[in-house]
Parts: sequence; C-alpha cells; structure tokens
Amino acid sequence: MSVPGAEQNPRWRRLSARMLLVHPVRELGQAIPALLGLVLAGRAVGNGQLWWLAPLGVVGVIALSVLRWVTTRYRITAEQVQLRTGLLRRKTIATPADRVRSVHVTSSALHRILGLAKVEIGTGSHLPGSGLSLDSLRVTEAAGLRAELLHRSAVAPSEGPGTASLRAVPATAEAAPGDHDTQRDHDTELARMDPRWVRFAPFTMSGVLGAAAVFGIGSRLLNQFGVNAGEVAPIRGGLDYVRRTPFWLDALEGLVALVAFVTVLSIGGYVLSYWGFRLTRHPHGSLHITRGLLTTRATSIEERRMRGVELAEPLLLRAVHAARLSGITTGLKPKRGADGGSSMLLPPAPSSVARQVAAQILGDPAPMEVALTAHGPAARRRRFMRVLLVVLLLSVAAGVAIWWGAPQWLAFAALVTVPAAVMLAEDRYRSLGHTIAGRFLVARAGSLYRRRDALECAGIIGWNVRQTFFQRRAGLATLTATTAAGRQAYEVRDVPLHLALLLAHRALPGLLDDFLTPAPGLRT
Amino acid sequence: MQLRDPAHLVSPHAVAYWTVRAVPLWILVLAGELFWLSGSVAHSGLRVAVLALTVMFAAAHLMVMPRWRYRVHRWEVTATAVYTQSGWLIQERRIAPLSRVQTVDTSRGPLEQLFRLANVTVTTASAAGPLRIHGLDRATAEGVVAELTAATSHSEGDAT
Repeated sequence: MSVPGAEQNPRWRRLSARMLLVHPVRELGQAIPALLGLVLAGRAVGNGQLWWLAPLGVVGVIALSVLRWVTTRYRITAEQVQLRTGLLRRKTIATPADRVRSVHVTSSALHRILGLAKVEIGTGSHLPGSGLSLDSLRVTEAAGLRAELLHRSAVAPSEGPGTASLRAVPATAEAAPGDHDTQRDHDTELARMDPRWVRFAPFTMSGVLGAAAVFGIGSRLLNQFGVNAGEVAPIRGGLDYVRRTPFWLDALEGLVALVAFVTVLSIGGYVLSYWGFRLTRHPHGSLHITRGLLTTRATSIEERRMRGVELAEPLLLRAVHAARLSGITTGLKPKRGADGGSSMLLPPAPSSVARQVAAQILGDPAPMEVALTAHGPAARRRRFMRVLLVVLLLSVAAGVAIWWGAPQWLAFAALVTVPAAVMLAEDRYRSLGHTIAGRFLVARAGSLYRRRDALECAGIIGWNVRQTFFQRRAGLATLTATTAAGRQAYEVRDVPLHLALLLAHRALPGLLDDFLTPAPGLRT
Repeated sequence: MQLRDPAHLVSPHAVAYWTVRAVPLWILVLAGELFWLSGSVAHSGLRVAVLALTVMFAAAHLMVMPRWRYRVHRWEVTATAVYTQSGWLIQERRIAPLSRVQTVDTSRGPLEQLFRLANVTVTTASAAGPLRIHGLDRATAEGVVAELTAATSHSEGDAT
C-alpha cells in the first residue's frame, strides 16, 4: 500500500471503449436467427411494409451495447471489488477482495484482434450470478487486474489489514500494473504442451460428441428448411452408390469415413482448446494455466485451495498410455457432468507427464505411484455379478426380439458381449483400490472411465458408509469421504467393511474411536 | 474393527408415519392399473393377476418397510461427532465431526406434524453430506438442536 489515500478511494474505471466493437458483432451473431425471423415475418405479413423491423433490430442492439458501456464501471478498493451497472435500475455488486477465489481471463478471436480480454472473477459462492464479469478490458489491464486480485487474496486472510508481514511485502510491492511482466520470469513451469500430444486427441470422446453434434444440427437444419435429406444432390448420390454396392463394403467404408471424421474433429478440438497450454507455479502460491489457439484462456488457482488431484484414465487413453489431470479445489462452483467441480490441470498427455505434474503439485510423488490395497474376492465377485447381470438382460432382450421376428444375428451379437463383459469385469476389479499415501487418501475405480483420486486427509469433512442389501451380505461397503472441494464426495467403492473402517481411521484418527467396537465377527 | 450402531432409536410414532407416507404412491399405482383394467376385457385374467400381485406387494411393503426402517434408523451425538444411520434395503451411516458442522435445522412437514414428529438436518461445508435424523419426537428434536448449536458455537474452521 504505497499511497494509502489512493488505495482507499480509487476512482471508478470504465471498461475499454473497444468493447463497443465486440458487443454488437457478437450480439448480432446471436440475434441472427431472430432477425431472420423478423425479416421473414415482415415479408410474409405485410408485402414488405414491415421491412424496417430488421434495421430497427440492428440499431437496437447497437444502442444497448453503447448504453452498457456508458453505465458499467468498476473499481477495486482495499477491501472490495465493486461493479456498477444499469441505467434505470442501478446495481452495485460488491465482493470482498479476500473472497476472490479464481480469476479467469478469456479472449475470443475477436477480442484478440482488438487487444481485449474478458475478466471473470469467481467468488466460489454457489449462488448464481454471484461472480463478477468484466467484458472487456485491455489485455495489459486485465493481466494487471488478475495479478492484483490474486496477490491481495493470497495475503489477506492470514494477516489483518495494516499488519506488515514478510509475505505481504513483495506481494504489494509488485502488484502495481506493469510489473507483472517481470514477475512472470519467476514463475516455474510445471508443464508445457508438446505438439506430439495431439496424437492422443482421437482417443478422447470429444470427437464423438462433436460428430454427434454436427449430425444433430445438420439434420435439424435440413428439417427446418423443409428439405428431405434424400433430395440433396450429394446425399442422393451417396445413397445411390450405397444401393449399387454390397453391404459389407458400405459398412466398411462408412466405418472408415466415420473414424476419419471423428479423428479430424477431435484433433481440431484439441488444438483449438489446448494449443500453447502452459502450467506454471507462481512463487506466491498459485497455479496459472494458459491455453487456446483462437480463444485464449488464462486461469489461476490458489494452491492453498487445492485439496488434491484427480488422474483420469479412460480406457482408450489408457491404451495409449495417456491421462488427464484435474485439481480438487475448494471455491470453484460444483458443476454437473464428467468434470464436476474439478479444474483442468493437464489436457490428455502422456501418463508419465501427468504423474510427474501431480507429484509436483502435491509435493509428494507417492499418491500417484504407490501400489493400492486390493478390495478382495467379494468385490471381484460383485463386479462379475453386476456385469453378467447386464449381459443376461441383454440376452433376454435379444431372445424376445428374435421371438418377435428380429433377425437371427442378434443372438450372435448377444453372445459376443459375454467375453467383452468378462474382460470389463476383470478390469473393473483390477482398478479398485485404496490406500493412505502421506497426507493423502488415494482411491481408484472404474474401467471405461478409470479415475485415481488423491484427496488431502485434512480436507475430509466426514464419512458416509453406504451398504446395499447385497453389499451387506458380501461384507462390503462404499465409503464416501465428504469434502468442501471438487466433487464434494470421493468414493472408495466396494471395499470390505473392516478395511473401510481402517482407512477412515487412518485418514482422520480419532473421529471414529467412539463408534468402533474392537471384537468383530462374534456378534450377529 | 466394527462400527457399532448409534445409541438412540427414533420415536415409535415414526412407524405409522412411514406407513402413511408410503400409501399415496401405492394408491397411484393401483389407480393406474384399475384404469387400465377398465379399458377392455381382453386378457382379463392376466390383468386381474397383475392387480392382485400389486396389492400383495403393496401390503408387504407397507408391513415390512416401516418396521425395518424403525430398527435401522438411529442417531447419536457425542462430545466430538454426530453419527446417524438410516435406510432399510440400502443403509447408510454418516459421521461428521462437530467442529465441521455449519448449520443445524429442524423442520416439520404437515404429515410429520400429524404424528408429532420432527426431523433434524445437520449440514457441513460439503454439498454431499448433510446428516438427517427423521422421525424424532418434537422434544427430542429441539433438545438435539440445542445441544448441537451449543457444541458447535465454539468451534473454529469448517474446512472450506
């Protein structure tokens, strides 16, 4: 705090005026369907009398952007980040600066041409709309703001305002805008994308999802314009060709084409989102991730909010010795979906690199390397029972379908699933495991989507021990460690009950003591 | 090592409460089947069999489930932790240290009021692990809330 007066009451700052170029373009892009609708409606209703609706819409959108620029201001005081918006309903959003948990800086291609960036300040609150979003600032301003906010929040909770500490001095001294460039030299690089990693892209699901999206949108569009897919010349040509050639050739060609299409999409997706990926550690205790080819993203995570890491090895990635790494972090919004609440630390990369990065972040190589305690024969039987039950259901369904007149080869298909199911069950069992490694609870499970979680024991809030009817008969339980970070709950699946209790006891000594009885087995 | 059961049972009124709470679902199922039955007369033997089976299942569920639950649902508050057990086919035990408790709520739904019951919900900083004690009688619930509030008021962090 070099000039206390200026820090106390800094002036309100405006967003960059260049945002006036970004907003209309983007909002027009979003409004194109509506505008098209207006034009069509104008034509249909009034023989062209309502043509002025479309330009009016354009003017309206531009006017709104200008209004937003004029009315939006922000400032950062010693205690708060404040954002003021709105013309008629003035709204001031204030967030305590020490509550700032993440700062994202995003620049789309359009932003980058204009030298702008969007800054999103996350407070980790679960309420919607609680974060602040500044769209857009100049790039240097955004970087300065990020450094300022992160250093401040890294220092604030441990010391009260005004008390000088050893850690606070360098942070505040270097927080001035413009100095962050020199600061960057002190960052240690933990990982940097190697262009060869792109070879892992086809082994992720992103290409499949992308292809599904393309087909979905394509068919919707064709439907929308009332076009029958069979009448489009290239598609008709293709269908004719299919009719002329034998079935197996079509199937083969279709498969090759699909694989090629998915591969191209996934590689494109990988390059777009992860190109130039760089993971660095700032000496003040934060991790920085920058990535992206056209839209660049920069994310910062404070290390004191890290409670562990997740190493994800889906089957396909595992086949090519690759893995992804995510952080278990408090204060990021718990999201739904595969990535639920975790923050990406490493894109699909060689698994040795992933383990190395994990070791550096955790400060301990053990959680990712140690052998895990297996869950025993009962857990293995359960894996087989469950998978074979699914196979049985499929077979019955196939049988019923054939009885109803489905082709005979369905029976063959049902038969083929048996060896696949057996291999899946065996692999699912092999994945199961748990242990305590240093400060971390380590658990692993899954085959198609295998994950190894390392959760800091100090971050565990409580235990849930869940047993279904069949688990009780097999003496198994699913132990869940609840936590405020990441997915909020980390499971140790189908572990023998006594091992579960031992694990819980070793992770948080003392908590269970009151509820344990030493002599097992003799009572019913 | 073995995990013993929590010390206290819930109120015996809970058995009736759980029974009554499960009735509407079965009425809905039976109403649907009766509607289907009245549709036409083909396969009437099969339809009556399905209906009879449903009634049997409903009766068994209404007889067994509440009593089984009553034997399972238990709770305990010690000087350091809250410990609950719930469920019937799927049973779950939850343990949270008092030092990590964030809020203690009690609530009474209309049906619970009818049976003079209340439930207590203890939340921690994790979205995954609220501990719920269902079917306590009112006085006990208030006692638990008071005890927990007193115990947690002088603890410090919640591990966020």
